[in-house]
Amino acid sequence: MWNEIHLTNMDSEISRRSFIGSSAALITSFGFDLRPAAAASRELKISRTTQTQSVCPYCAVGCSVIIHTLGDKAKNVKPAVVYIEGDTASPINRGTLCPKGASLKEFVACDRRLTQPLYRAPGATEWKPMKWEEALTRMARLIKDSRDRGFQAKDEQGRTVNRLTNVGMIGGCTDTNEVNYLLGKFRFGLGIVPYENQARL
Amino acid sequence: MMHVAKLIDTTLCIGCKACEVACQQWNDQEYTLGTFDGSYQTMPDLAPNFWNLIKFNEYERDGKLSWLMAKYQCMHCVAPGCLKACPAPGAIVTLANGTVDFAQENCIGCGYCITGCPFDVPRLSNTTKKVYKCSLCSDRTAVGLEPACIKTCPTNCLTFGERDALLHGAEARAQELRADGHAEAGVYNPAGVGGTHVFYVLANAARPEDYGLPKDPSVPWTVRLWKGPVKWLGTMVLVGGILGTFFHYVRYGPKEAHDVEGD
Amino acid sequence: MASLAATFGRGAMTNGWTDVANADVVLIMGGNPAENHPVGFRFVLEARRKRKAKVVVVDPRFNRTAAVADVYVPIRAGTDIAFLGGLIHYALSTGKYQAEYVRQHTTAPFLVKEGFGFADGHFSGWDEATKKYDKSSWEYELDAQGFAKVDPTLEHPRSVFQWMKRHYARYTAEQVSSICGCSKEDFLKAAELITVAAAKDKSGTVLYALGWTQHSHSVQLIHTAAMVQLLMGNIGMPGGGVNAQRGHANIQGSTDMGAWNMLPGYLKLPRANWSSLDEYLKANTPKPLRPDSLNYWSNTNKFMVSLLKAYYGDKATKENGFGYDWLPKAGETDNYGWGYLFDNMYAGKMEGLISFGMNPVANGPNTSKMLGGLGKLKWMIVAENFETETAAFWKAKELAQQYYANSPDAARIQTEVFLLPAACFAEKDGAFVNSSRWLQWKDAALDPPGDALRDQEIIGRLFAKVRELYAKEGGAAPEPLQSMSWSYATPSAPSLVEVAREVNGREAASGKQLSGFGELKDDGSTACGNWLYSGSFTEAGNMMARRGQEDPTALGLYPNYSWSWPANRRILYNRAAADAGGQPWDATRASLRWTGTRWTGDTPDYKADAAPDANGSFIMLPEGVAKLFTPDFAEGPFPEHYEPAESPVENALHPQVSFNPSAKVFHSDLDKIGSVKDYPYVAITYRLTEHFHYWTKHIASSSQLQTHFFVELPDELARQKDIKSGDRVRVSSARGKVEGQALVTKRMRGMDVNGKRIYHVGLPIHWGFLGKVSGPLINNLTASVFDPNSGTPEYKGFLVNLEKL
Repeated sequence: MWNEIHLTNMDSEISRRSFIGSSAALITSFGFDLRPAAAASRELKISRTTQTQSVCPYCAVGCSVIIHTLGDKAKNVKPAVVYIEGDTASPINRGTLCPKGASLKEFVACDRRLTQPLYRAPGATEWKPMKWEEALTRMARLIKDSRDRGFQAKDEQGRTVNRLTNVGMIGGCTDTNEVNYLLGKFRFGLGIVPYENQARL
Repeated sequence: MMHVAKLIDTTLCIGCKACEVACQQWNDQEYTLGTFDGSYQTMPDLAPNFWNLIKFNEYERDGKLSWLMAKYQCMHCVAPGCLKACPAPGAIVTLANGTVDFAQENCIGCGYCITGCPFDVPRLSNTTKKVYKCSLCSDRTAVGLEPACIKTCPTNCLTFGERDALLHGAEARAQELRADGHAEAGVYNPAGVGGTHVFYVLANAARPEDYGLPKDPSVPWTVRLWKGPVKWLGTMVLVGGILGTFFHYVRYGPKEAHDVEGD
Repeated sequence: MASLAATFGRGAMTNGWTDVANADVVLIMGGNPAENHPVGFRFVLEARRKRKAKVVVVDPRFNRTAAVADVYVPIRAGTDIAFLGGLIHYALSTGKYQAEYVRQHTTAPFLVKEGFGFADGHFSGWDEATKKYDKSSWEYELDAQGFAKVDPTLEHPRSVFQWMKRHYARYTAEQVSSICGCSKEDFLKAAELITVAAAKDKSGTVLYALGWTQHSHSVQLIHTAAMVQLLMGNIGMPGGGVNAQRGHANIQGSTDMGAWNMLPGYLKLPRANWSSLDEYLKANTPKPLRPDSLNYWSNTNKFMVSLLKAYYGDKATKENGFGYDWLPKAGETDNYGWGYLFDNMYAGKMEGLISFGMNPVANGPNTSKMLGGLGKLKWMIVAENFETETAAFWKAKELAQQYYANSPDAARIQTEVFLLPAACFAEKDGAFVNSSRWLQWKDAALDPPGDALRDQEIIGRLFAKVRELYAKEGGAAPEPLQSMSWSYATPSAPSLVEVAREVNGREAASGKQLSGFGELKDDGSTACGNWLYSGSFTEAGNMMARRGQEDPTALGLYPNYSWSWPANRRILYNRAAADAGGQPWDATRASLRWTGTRWTGDTPDYKADAAPDANGSFIMLPEGVAKLFTPDFAEGPFPEHYEPAESPVENALHPQVSFNPSAKVFHSDLDKIGSVKDYPYVAITYRLTEHFHYWTKHIASSSQLQTHFFVELPDELARQKDIKSGDRVRVSSARGKVEGQALVTKRMRGMDVNGKRIYHVGLPIHWGFLGKVSGPLINNLTASVFDPNSGTPEYKGFLVNLEKL
């Protein structure tokens, strides 16, 4: 691409690539060698990435985005986010994004993301890491014990109510319909009545 | 080759800063924490890692309150002062499409380009000792893509295209605004730098300083001199640096007070 | 959403983002789309460019939306009903309303029973002893067949139309000015622009968000806007509607899937007094109130039985009421809405809390009470992308001086907490429903980081573990738990495609995907997880993933792009966009047209082949038309201006009933209400463009764009207090205090309210004690005061004091 560039800073127009070659000697004489930096710059970073269609997780405008990940779907590549941009096929955003959407990569690849289950024992002042299996076993135990204590099969008038009100669930507005539906089945399986999402806030 | 350009229609800017972020994302700039200066503005000024700033200006005139927001970045001048001032061969280049691009690998960090710029745009990095500014996403435009800020702008405030067509569109938009009661609406495409590849539609073109833009920008006479009749002096920079004091004067002395602070 | 459902039949944005470009006038009030929905806002600017639309912004604060508006009117927080009531009066007294539409598509002609009335701040039926309304006088007069009587001339003194005229006669421009603190001239300028839409061929849209929902009278407030829009003939119209700009990517979807008192598809959660499926259906299947009412909820039986089949599979039989017994039943008058949930928790009535992607310590009212409540739990499970203030509430102790008035002591907090690393949006597939009701499918781009899991796997594995324990040990009522179907190929991590297919619905025997809710049956032969979404994943495939660019009406409806509930309808109530003969009110914006045999254009919100005069145009309501008179709400069938719980002035209309008599106020030791004597300024909380809720403070880019919490102040007030931008100030309420730097601006002004100078203090919400940037949790200041219908807290318009530090 650099071959097409015209340099008006020089007395005669030369190609940039040849210029870098000849000027390097000059610059090196000042003690800098910038050839590696030059070689690393200015290639289109998304020219061979894998593109995945997604939807921005922030507000409810529902902008479509394209997530560029490392690699061309080759089996031996572990995908990582390279870039996220607006999807021009969406009639809603037509490729545009707000400042939150335009920097979604910073969210996906954020160094503050949680990567392991954390546990805080009663009275503790620190988190401690915990394996999934141990956490799931302990959580299931706590849920069961609370349910066994709190479940009401019948109310005071003897009517079947099959409800649990000492355990509550909140959330869902940041997740998909399908996960919300599963949360509903989880909830109704246990009989949980108190269940709230962000709609009220 | 066709010249490309950016048009900034300030009447459509909502100060969302998507362009600020898109610029940093595409160019892989590091984010830094901002300082609080009593404004919605991200930073008081441009920075080596921040080439695109929305300036927020709040003022009252004739009892009417305005909150103006406008993008501030390299103007990609037709006759760039930075290029005139630059002593390092190949550090500043004009691409065939009109883009004024900095090639950091050739930059010697002298900062003279900052002096040469009537818009006060280039920024010297203390860590790399190189100067940085908007490249018009030359890697994107080279393959036919629009710059990252253009793509993200939600309100159509920023548009990109062939320079003449865009300039024509800008004039048409200004006319539309004048018909809508903005008598002073016009295009900001200053002649002092031979025109630019980034131009603005302003609702009040008589007062570009309301938007944080210099009124009649031109390349400082000292810089014109340096690349004009006294061009031979250039070689002396490379041998001695006797012009250091001269350029210090150039940089901090005669500079016009054109950088209206946003608030 | 409760408001729109009662008024029009469905709780959702009526039109959609792309349709806003069709408007002739845009009223933005109770929302700030340029800042909070910048991409959605582009359609406002498009309307202005394409149609020369006028943009009117009404807000206490000159915000980034106001910066590009044609007209900006500042009003005092919490006085929107007065402003909108003023618009109703203006329209009715000047004749600037669409009379034909009002007669044809609203309850204006309906007669109200004798005995209904309003005096001195109360509607008829108020019982001072119980502080409740007996609503029996808030009903229509019925004929012998049980249908409402109507007067098409609208002249009967007991017609809804005449009642409305009388009720809003008090809302004169002078009164509006004195309550709202805006000038009479500004109000009239706005009124004139907004009522341009009364012309048959003009339409106006209303865009709102949390600036309307976060009041102790929010449902009535939104109803007032709906009334204005009905008078203008704007509902169902392209470029019209009452458009809620929702704040989270899938808040619409998660609401569609049911909150505490709802099953999926807005089917009501069973109550103890509906002890069988038959009783449930009897109580929840409305009877038509007009002979021509389509009354679509008469299909409740099909929706409910199909849901039970989806939930309980083969175990749901006709004999066992399709498993109805297994569903939990709330007490007849129970409420488990947000305020009640945390009040119960703070009172020690709860043992456990499971939170998926929610941060109540940051976003719930009265932070101290949130913290206090969580500290009384035995256990809490939080699945998140980041460590949140909720998961780490027990860390608040060490930060007490900085952030909290009443922080619990970490060592004494016995709550056992699990913080589970969850996948983010990019790592999961599935559908989000945007504000326009578009179900948009997304694909997973990569795996979650480290040991983080996708939410469906967390739920799947936890559910399996609990069921295993019950299978092994027995315990309380295992049957409802074990009967819930979970027949996914990989039960520990259900595929979301599989789930989406279940939600769409299928024939129980053949497994064939249904093409829409019209195919649902009440005999158990169909299973459907949410009737509203039926049609989203058919035999033809995943309709939510469609990318078609066609726009045959040229109105931005894009019928082949994604899929819109219900039945891929893009504009709700679109039948009302046509006149009695089925022809569009505006031929240039023909969303729907009757050809003589069928309707063409958008998917009709009407029977596809029914003549224009066959049915009422609002098919979800028993009335068959949109409701101007709404007995559904707690505080009266017509909206009335009430002051916020904490107000600097008394109600100018009826000082003896200043505050909404039906609003919900809690009374724990942490629920304090302040007075103007100690807290003279009106506070509002809001979002900024640069951040998303309490989420992006973890993210580098947003943390750069707005690093510091600030307190936005009118320069007039700042001068009185000798405060300059950058000075540190303390803002305190009866609940708590926050500190930060002042941002002094001319964009906020003092207002003259009934002869008193009132100042607002602006408080952006986005900070907390965890993140790349930190700052105060703003809900330290807010009160547990709620709307009685929707249960939303009053975050706009509470009292604070301001000190320079």
